Amino acid sequence: MEYGLIYLSLAVLFGLYMTWGVGANDVANAMGTSVGSGAITVKKAIIIAAIFEFAGAFLAGGHVTGTIRKGILDASLIDSPEVLVYGMLSALLAAGVWLMVASYFGWPVSTTHTIVGSIIGFGVVGVGVDAVEWVAVGGIVASWVVSPILGATLAFILAQSIRVLVLDTDNPFANAQRWGPMYVFLMGVLIALVTFFKGLTHLNLELTTIQTFGIALLVGVIVAFIGKALIMRVEVDPEATRDFHYAAVEKVFAPLCVFTATGMAFAHGSNDVANGIGPLAAVVSTVQTGLVQQESALPLWILALGGVGIVLGLATMGYRVMRTIGTKITELTPSRGFCAELAAASTVVIASRLGLPVSTTHIIVGAVLGVGFARGIAAIDLRVVLSIVTSWLVTLPIGAALAAFFFFFFRGVFL
Amino acid sequence: MRTTSPIAGLFGRSPFRRLQQHMAVVAECVEEMVPLFEALTVGDRDKIAELKETIFALEGQADHIKNDIRAHLPKTLFLPVDRRDLLDQLHSQDSIADTAQDIVGLLVLRGMQIPPFMTDNLSAFVQLNVDAVRKCSEIVNMLDELLESSFRGRDVGRVIEMVDDLAQIEQNGDELGMLLVGDIFAREEELGPLDVVYWERLVEMLGDLADHAQKVGDRLRLLLAR
Repeated sequence: MEYGLIYLSLAVLFGLYMTWGVGANDVANAMGTSVGSGAITVKKAIIIAAIFEFAGAFLAGGHVTGTIRKGILDASLIDSPEVLVYGMLSALLAAGVWLMVASYFGWPVSTTHTIVGSIIGFGVVGVGVDAVEWVAVGGIVASWVVSPILGATLAFILAQSIRVLVLDTDNPFANAQRWGPMYVFLMGVLIALVTFFKGLTHLNLELTTIQTFGIALLVGVIVAFIGKALIMRVEVDPEATRDFHYAAVEKVFAPLCVFTATGMAFAHGSNDVANGIGPLAAVVSTVQTGLVQQESALPLWILALGGVGIVLGLATMGYRVMRTIGTKITELTPSRGFCAELAAASTVVIASRLGLPVSTTHIIVGAVLGVGFARGIAAIDLRVVLSIVTSWLVTLPIGAALAAFFFFFFRGVFL
Repeated sequence: MRTTSPIAGLFGRSPFRRLQQHMAVVAECVEEMVPLFEALTVGDRDKIAELKETIFALEGQADHIKNDIRAHLPKTLFLPVDRRDLLDQLHSQDSIADTAQDIVGLLVLRGMQIPPFMTDNLSAFVQLNVDAVRKCSEIVNMLDELLESSFRGRDVGRVIEMVDDLAQIEQNGDELGMLLVGDIFAREEELGPLDVVYWERLVEMLGDLADHAQKVGDRLRLLLAR
């Protein structure tokens, strides 16, 4: 393909930029509740994020990447491979520009919504309205409504169960130590089950259903034992307990938040990193084969590149952003951060497995609201929720318009 | 690139911790009533003046926290309890400190001296009202525990018991207050009309301390019943 190398370089550059942005900004949102509740330090969060965001993108990111690169547009209607390349490049550029503008003004926009909007935008102007798989898009948009509600529902149930099993009992401290590992076990099983279900085809790892369940149970038991070992070391501080009766109980939840933060990083990597590199993957396969392909393997180096981008973002800016968020969330206790994060991580992982590009941040916000509905949070500012919904509605058309603009730009430059 | 974290802005400042801080200052302010009436009994003018300054300063501090809580409690906050209940409770808490200020103000401005026949009962009465406010402070201090247990379950039972205790203290105070007023009226001739009026008013004001404290407890009971 003519200019193939230029296309590839641009795609890698834009893809790196997208994932860098995810690492710089988005990871802090995903893990902010753990850091804010004082359960883990910024340093620990960064280390966890660097490892598990990468692992999430690498092991479980394929489904979402697949949706982005071939689930939104009907490739059979795209007549030339160049159109697809220009389109995906403009989608990446549009998303990058819009995220930068929104960041400048402090608007809470979602990477996911921007990418999906951009791809729709280029599809409509570059190929035609019929090229957009409107049913699939409808499903994705519906998932943006359903996923925060699911996160809220799960968080509500978790908060209620912790109240009944741990907090509202005669010996909350002992019950926290007894039930804590159970929650970690459930999380480990769920994430492993979702990740390994039907095997990791891109790693040539084929697993039977029974093997999958076996691995999931094993992962659950291992993390539960690690959790148990950690929380058994927690001691009661009589001074703090006199002032606040639940001080010791909260100290039990703090080490457990390490596990939810890990799950969150994994889930976030599997969704947000994956949708950031989806357009890149599409460009790469088109340039390499010179054909518009509906089915092609996802090269591992692209998933790895997404992981690298995120770690770069974390190293350059994510550290500071996370610290800022951590100092702003002071009202959250570890037990509440635990509920919100566990619910959000579970929801995101399920969405990732279904190939649905969802917004991790929105699901976290939904989960926090769920804990709030269980009367667990001192004060939630509903103006923030409103601003999220507003930016949600604005992002799709703006992403689409920008992508359309860049599409004409690229076509003008290269043709 | 600026941080666009909706997560950071999502959590409003907890009104519960601030309410506890406010009540702690109010209780500290009211605790000064005991040394104040001791100083009054022995006629230590300097000590009284000093305590007046302390009480005024603490009342001002409580006012400051009150205004701050109100400023940070917009209607857009999603709280686990009714916002109006919290504002009502804050108002009642603040009335306690206001009353303490009025009491010391009247004592100093009018240069009042305790009639000897009142000394013992008055000192016991002051102590009872201070006890009521202390109990009230203990109750308000349970707000963070209540929040942790989502305003349900065992902690609610504990708080309701404490509110009942407070009501008992307030009632004991009322009885002693009636006794004191009866004594005052019985000695109308000896005291003179103005002293009768002002001592009766002072006993009433001291009783208001426990009244307002009980109102705080009742607000909390209402908040928990919803």
